[in-house]
Amino acid sequence: MEKTEDTLLLQDKSIVIPGEVIATGMGYIPGTGTYREGDKLNAARLGLLTIDGKVVKLLPVSGKYLPKLNDRVIGKVIDVLLNGWRIEINCPYSAVLTLKDATSEFIARGADLTQYFALGDWIVAKIVNVTSQKLIDVSMKGPGLRKLQGGQIIAVNPQKVPRIIGKEGSMVTLIKEATGCNIIVGQNGLVWIEGDPKAQLRVIETITKIEVESHLTGLTERISTFLKGKGA
Amino acid sequence: MGYEKRFDGRGVEELRQMEAKVGVVKNADGSAMFKIGKTTAIAAVYGPRDLYPKFLQNPQTGILRVDYNMLPFSGHGERVRPGGSRRSKEISMVMANALLPVLDLKEWPNAVVDVFVDLPQTDAGTRCAALCAASMALADAGLLMKDMVTAIAIGKVEDKIVVDLNYEEDSYEHGSDIAIAMLPGTGKITLLQMDGQITPEDLKEVFAKAETACKKILEVQKTALKEKFKKPEGIA
Repeated sequence: MEKTEDTLLLQDKSIVIPGEVIATGMGYIPGTGTYREGDKLNAARLGLLTIDGKVVKLLPVSGKYLPKLNDRVIGKVIDVLLNGWRIEINCPYSAVLTLKDATSEFIARGADLTQYFALGDWIVAKIVNVTSQKLIDVSMKGPGLRKLQGGQIIAVNPQKVPRIIGKEGSMVTLIKEATGCNIIVGQNGLVWIEGDPKAQLRVIETITKIEVESHLTGLTERISTFLKGKGA
Repeated sequence: MGYEKRFDGRGVEELRQMEAKVGVVKNADGSAMFKIGKTTAIAAVYGPRDLYPKFLQNPQTGILRVDYNMLPFSGHGERVRPGGSRRSKEISMVMANALLPVLDLKEWPNAVVDVFVDLPQTDAGTRCAALCAASMALADAGLLMKDMVTAIAIGKVEDKIVVDLNYEEDSYEHGSDIAIAMLPGTGKITLLQMDGQITPEDLKEVFAKAETACKKILEVQKTALKEKFKKPEGIA
C-alpha cells in the first residue's frame, strides 16, 4: 500500500465539525472526539481542535454533563428514599445519597430523614460511584461538601466548567477576589453564588462572558480587565 | 418538447439560495435553521434527557426521537391541518432512520434525544431541508457524530434530471421526485425515497448529481456551525 504523507489540514485551536477531515497519514494519533477511517483522521463531534505533539484531540464545546467519578457536583434533593435521598444533578440520570454517606451523625432507624435534607434543598456532593448504566452514588463526606443555604444557582454550559474554574482554580479565585462573592462551581454545570446582590450580578455577567469567549485565546487577561474595568 | 427552462429560471444543477444559522432556539441544547429557496426548517434538539414512560427506555443505548411538523400557514394558502398526520409520522420515522447511522448514543443508556423540526414556510424538499437543519442542531448539541447529514431532492421533469425541485417541479405530472440523504464524508446514503418512476440509467445520474449537491450543502452547514464560534466584535 502506498503511504500517505502526514499532513495536518486544520489549524490548532480551530472549530471542527463532525466528519471533517483533520489530518491525513498514519503519523497522527486519534485522541478523544476523533476517529480514524483509512488513512484519514476525522472529527467525531463538534469541538475545539487541540494538537498535542502527534496526538489529535477534540475538546467538546457543547453537550450535557456526563457523570464522572470524583466530580464535585451541585444537586437538588428531589425525593426521600428509605435509606437516603434522590438527588437531581443536571444530567439525564439522578443520583442517590445514602444515609451512610450523608452525615457522620447517628441516624436512628425510622427517623424522619427530612430533618437532615428536605425536598428542594441544594447540596454540594461528590460522585463516589458511577455504573455502566449510569446509576450514581454521591457522598457528602469530604472537605467543602455541605448543604447550600442562601445565594443563587445558575446553570452554565457543563463543557465550559474547566474554563470557569481555570488552572488550579485561578479563574474562579480571580472572580471571587474581584467581587467578594462566595462561588462554588459544580462539574455538572451548576454554579452557586452568594454575596452582595449587585456583586452577584457581576459574577453572572463574568461567567457568561467566559462561556461565550472561552475558546478564544487570551481569556484570563480579558476577564481580569473586564473585572477591573467596571470597578468593584 | 423538452424541459428547456426551469420554472424559476435556474440551471438544471443549480440549487436554490441557501441560508443557515446555528443557535436560533436559545432554550434548546442545540438548534439550527436551514433555508433553501422558500423552504425554511427550524430544528431544536433537547437532550440527552430522561425518558418516560419507562418501557421506551433502552438500557443498551440512548434513543433518538424525531418530530417533523409543517406549520398551519406554511403551504400555498391552504391551511395545513395542525398536529400529526400519516404523512408527518412517516417523515419523522424516515428522518430518525436517516440520522441514526451517524449518531453514537451508547454513552447515554436509557436516555432520549428529542429532535423537533418545524417548517414555517414550505416549497417542496421539506424533509431534505428538515434533515439538513436537524443534523446541524445535533452537532450543536454536542453529541458524538461521525459525520454530518446532507439531503437534497432530485427529480426528472420531462427529459431533464433537475436538482433541488421546487413545488411546481415536484408536482409535475409525468416527473419523478427523489429525496436523498447522503453522508458527505463517505457518500453513503441514509434516506432514499421516490414519487413517480425512473429508469436505472437515470437513477445513476441522480446519484452523481446528489453527490455534488450535497457537497455544496455541507459547505453551507460548515460555515454556519463555525460562524457561531467566530470572535465577537470588540475583542482583541
